Amino acid sequence: MRKADLLVDQGDMIRERTANGRPNFFTRVNVGDRTYALLLTALGGAVLIVAGLIVFVLWQSAHTALATHPLEFIKGMDWDPVRHSFGALAFIYGTLVTSALSIIVAVPVALGLAIFLVEIAPSGMRPLVSFPLELLAGIPSVVYGLWGLFVMVPWLRERLEPFLGAVFGFLPLFQGPPLGLGYLAGGLILAVMILPTIASVSIEVLKKVPVSLKEGSLALGATRWEMVRTASLPYSRAGIMGAIILGLGRALGETMAVTMVIGNSPEIHASLFSPGYSLPSVIANEFAEATDATHTGALAALALILFGVTVLLNSIARLLVRAVGRGPARA
Amino acid sequence: MSRYLLRRATNAAVTGLCIFALLLALVPLVSVLWLVISHGISGLSWSFFTALPSPVGEPGGGIGNAIVGTLYIVGLACLIGLPFGIGAGVFLAERGDGPFGQTVRFIAEVLSGVPSIVIGVVAYGLVVLPMRRFSALAGAVALAILMMPGLARTTEELVRLVPSTLREASLALGVPQWKTSLRVVLKTALGGILTGVLLAVSRAAGETAPLLFTSLNNQYWNASRPDQPTAALTVQIYNYAISPYEDWHRKAWAAALVLLMMVGLLNFTSRLLARSRLQA
Repeated sequence: MRKADLLVDQGDMIRERTANGRPNFFTRVNVGDRTYALLLTALGGAVLIVAGLIVFVLWQSAHTALATHPLEFIKGMDWDPVRHSFGALAFIYGTLVTSALSIIVAVPVALGLAIFLVEIAPSGMRPLVSFPLELLAGIPSVVYGLWGLFVMVPWLRERLEPFLGAVFGFLPLFQGPPLGLGYLAGGLILAVMILPTIASVSIEVLKKVPVSLKEGSLALGATRWEMVRTASLPYSRAGIMGAIILGLGRALGETMAVTMVIGNSPEIHASLFSPGYSLPSVIANEFAEATDATHTGALAALALILFGVTVLLNSIARLLVRAVGRGPARA
Repeated sequence: MSRYLLRRATNAAVTGLCIFALLLALVPLVSVLWLVISHGISGLSWSFFTALPSPVGEPGGGIGNAIVGTLYIVGLACLIGLPFGIGAGVFLAERGDGPFGQTVRFIAEVLSGVPSIVIGVVAYGLVVLPMRRFSALAGAVALAILMMPGLARTTEELVRLVPSTLREASLALGVPQWKTSLRVVLKTALGGILTGVLLAVSRAAGETAPLLFTSLNNQYWNASRPDQPTAALTVQIYNYAISPYEDWHRKAWAAALVLLMMVGLLNFTSRLLARSRLQA
C-alpha cells in the first residue's frame, strides 16, 4: 500500500483504498459514523432553523404594522387600539427608563460583590455567596412581581419616595405624589433581578485575570484596592462591560415583575414616581385580548423591536465576554 | 506618611463598601424567601393542592388544576425541546469546532438572551393562529423554544468534560466513532446532562409571560388534551396577585410558595446530582 492511497477525510477518518481502487474491507468508512455525523449536524442545524423561524414568524405578524409608517409607529405618543391608533413611544420610554435605572442601581452592587468575592474574601467563602446568587437567579419572575407588588411598592410609597421627594424634590425626577407603582418600582425590581446575572459574569471574568499581574501590582507596593483598580479592572474591562450589557438585555425584556409594579399607564412623565408602561408589559397585558389583526400586528411589532434590540445587545455582550480570555482590552 | 495612611484608608473604605454591597444584595433574597414562606404557609392545606379554584368569597378552593397544568405543559415542552436541545449540545461538543459549529454556538448564545415574551408571540403565530385556539401545545412550543439554547450550551460543556482518554481507549479497541460517542462519551456524561435537563425544566416551570397568550388559562382540569387551554401555576399566581381581592392575594402567596418549592426541589436535585458526579 502506497502512502498516496491514504485519503484523509473529515479530520480523523482515514479512507484507504487497495491497489485496484476498491475500499479495503478492514478500513473502509463506517456507515454508522457517516449517519451519526449527519444526524448530529442536522440537530445542530435545528438551532439555526429555530432562529430563522423566530425571525420569520415575528416579521410575518409584524410587518403590516411597520410597513406603512415605521417612524410614526416608534415616535407616536398615542396608543388607542379602539381607534386603530398605535404609537409606541410611551412604552419605549418606560422600558429605557426602568432599564437605565436598574443598571445604575445594580452595577455598583454587583461589581462590589464580585470584587469582594474574587479579590478580598477567603476562597472558602465563595460557595457561600455563589449559592445565594444562584438562588436569586432561580426565583421565577412572577414571584418577584408578587413581592414587588405587596412588599416593595408599599415601602416605596410610605418610606423611600417621600424621603427622596423631601431631599431631592428640586429635581423633576423626584417630584409628584408618591404612588409606589411606577418607573422607580419597575427599575428597582429589575435591579434585583439582573443583579445575579451581572455579578456572576463579572466573577467569571475577574477570575480570569492572571495571578502574575496581580502579584506584580502587589509587589510594587499597591494596596489591595490599588491592585484591583490598576490590574484587575483594566484587564477585565471588556468582560465587565459585557456583563453589564447582558444584564441590560435581561432588563429590557423582563416582563412579569415589571408589569406588576410599573402601573401600566401609557403616558410619559418626567417623574420617576409616576406610573408608566414598558414594551413587554403592554404585550403581556393586551396580546390575549387583541381581537383584530391591526392590534395584534402592532403588538407583534413591539415584540420585533424588542427582539432586534436584545439580539444586538447579546451579540455585543458575548463578543466582549469572550474577548477577555484573550488578553487585556485595548479600547 | 500621611499619604500612606490615606491609601490604607481608601483600601479599608472600598473593602467596607464591597462588604456592604454583598449584604445589600442579600436583602431582597432573604426578604423574598422569608415573606413567601411566612405569607404562604397559612394558605396551604390538602385541598389547596387538590381542589379547583373557587369563586371570590367562597371558602376553600385550590390550585390543583394549575399544578397539574404546569406539569402537563412542561412535560409536553420536554418532549419537543429535550431531543433538539440535547442533540444540538452533543453536536457542539463532538463536531462543533468548525465554522458551522461556531455559528450554531453563537446563535444559541444569542437566542438564550431573547426575552421570553417575544418567544410567546412567536408561539402564538406558530401554533395559536393556525389552530385558531389557545392550547397547552402552544405553551409547550414556547417553553420548548426557550429551553433549547440553554440546554444545548450546558450539554456541550458537560460532554466536553468527559476525559479524552476514555474516547481514545474505546477507539483504540476498534469501536466505531458513533458507538464510542453514544456508548462511552454520552454514557459517561449522562448524569451531567440530566443536571442540565433539571435546570432547564425548573426554569421552564417558572415562566409566565410566554404562557399568557398561548396556553391562556382554564378553570378546570386538563392533562389529556393538548389542544385545550390549560391552567398554569405561574399564570394563576399572576391572576390572583393583580386581583383586588384580599382572599385571592393570600392564595397568590400560597401558590408562590408551591411554585418555589417545585423549582427549588428541581434545583436541589440537580445540585445533588452534580455533586455526586464530581465525587465519583
